[in-house]
Amino acid sequence: MGSHSSTSEPQLLGDQSYNYDVVRQFSLMTVVWGIVGMGIGVLIACQLVWPVLNDIFQPYTHFGRLRPLHTNAVIFAFGGCALMATSFYVVQRTCQTRLFGGPLVPFVFWGWQTVILLAAITLPLGYTSSKEYAELEWPIDILIALVWVAYGIVFFGTIVKRKTSHIYVANWFFGGFIITVGILHVVNSAAIPVSLTKSYSAYAGAADAMVQWWYGHNAVGFFLTAGFLGMMYYFVPKQAGRPVYSYQLSIVHFWALISLYIWAGPHHLHYSALPDWAQSLGMVMSLILLAPSWGGMINGIMTLSGAWHKLRTDPTLRFLVVSLSFYGMSTFEGPMMAIKTVNALSHNTDWTIGHVHSGALGWVAMISIGAIYHLIPVLYGRTKMWSVPLINTHFWLATGGTVLYIASMWVNGITQGLMRLAFNQDGSLTYSFIDSIEASYGGYVVRAFGGGLFFLGMLLMAYNIYRTTLEADEEHTILEEKPESAAPAVA
Amino acid sequence: MDINDVRGFSTVLMMLAFIGICWWAFSPRRKKRFNDAANLPFEDEQKHQQAQADSESQNKNDSVNK
Repeated sequence: MGSHSSTSEPQLLGDQSYNYDVVRQFSLMTVVWGIVGMGIGVLIACQLVWPVLNDIFQPYTHFGRLRPLHTNAVIFAFGGCALMATSFYVVQRTCQTRLFGGPLVPFVFWGWQTVILLAAITLPLGYTSSKEYAELEWPIDILIALVWVAYGIVFFGTIVKRKTSHIYVANWFFGGFIITVGILHVVNSAAIPVSLTKSYSAYAGAADAMVQWWYGHNAVGFFLTAGFLGMMYYFVPKQAGRPVYSYQLSIVHFWALISLYIWAGPHHLHYSALPDWAQSLGMVMSLILLAPSWGGMINGIMTLSGAWHKLRTDPTLRFLVVSLSFYGMSTFEGPMMAIKTVNALSHNTDWTIGHVHSGALGWVAMISIGAIYHLIPVLYGRTKMWSVPLINTHFWLATGGTVLYIASMWVNGITQGLMRLAFNQDGSLTYSFIDSIEASYGGYVVRAFGGGLFFLGMLLMAYNIYRTTLEADEEHTILEEKPESAAPAVA
Repeated sequence: MDINDVRGFSTVLMMLAFIGICWWAFSPRRKKRFNDAANLPFEDEQKHQQAQADSESQNKNDSVNK
């Protein structure tokens, strides 16, 4: 496992030791929610192949109710737990101080798990504000805001009491993510409640749509990008055993990325009632965004220059580096799809779903998986995971699954786009909508298979982690029984 | 002077801010400082190894004493 050889309980004295309890909790829940969220994803992918699966327990298992549960579970439960685990770990280690906040720390963990449980209950029951990625109703939104403020206090409080003079770049990204997501959530969730379970948006018409996609795209930009870039700037150097390629570039990367992302939202509303100038602004800003995105990707990948051979033996590092490749790929695809003429073809087709999963599976999930594989041995006092070959198997399942997923969605998306734009000589449509769905059937099968592979990898990961924690326990037992034989194991 | 002057001015301002950040980040004066910062992920590792080595030698001494 690279160069790090930290112990489970760092021996800084007394209250100066790091708080790894909350990091362990969030790390384990990352895997649990990953399995739940991706499992639901595989189920709804199968529903598109075999529609009868909608009827398992109607109306709760209908695609329309499970789809938001899938997106919320993978983004906010899996991704959220991964971000909280890594940010709490990284901020302590790079600030060389214990987490600030005392009881706020467990509140962040239990509060966030409560939010996830409430989502898992209310979404299948059909309670929804109907805003994409912000479906949860107002009482849950208030709880999210409270947990988020506590998260911010813990994180920034730790930065304030840091023992180092400089704030490491990973913390800048985590901090930008925490502040922006807090603002986005509060503004977009502003609503007028009419009952405990129903509210109406505070905004109306095109303004409501613009607020929603200002939120929606920045959920991508700050939750799914800035936060995970924070992860990247710590775990890639750490796992590769060498500092980041260019620290100067990381500074320019940070400011350019956060100041540009916030403007890109209107590309979700091309050819809508949104004013044309706003659409064009969204398009141009999305195109410029390619520069900082690739700046970050290059910075991450070049960190390995001179250490490429490590990729051959270290599947954890491979997860981290391949996630950056997918990041580069999807941040090229994104600006391209934001061009209005391309969007005319891609919008409302499976291409969009493929693009999202190239980012979500390839980038977000794979960098989280790499970070968790790095963390678990450190947190449980092991030198490495129980089985490194199993990590390698997981890597190939994840990569193969992602490639199958996005390739099938490209084929489907372009097919659908071309069919829906085909006109007869007299100006009537050549194909009906259902024709384009029938033509997509093969792609749906491949997608469900690819998603299934990715899901299978998560199960292997859970087993590997289970055995790793188990062995840690065994080691402790041995340690208690025969102290002299245990000494080399600790070293 | 109309709204378009403000728009043009804000574009120039953004451009200057970007150049300013690049200059600040890449100026040779701060090179050492940023090199130190880039090593922060490894800084506390040394402290840990130190702490670990101390406690290990402590353990060894303990077992020898026994």
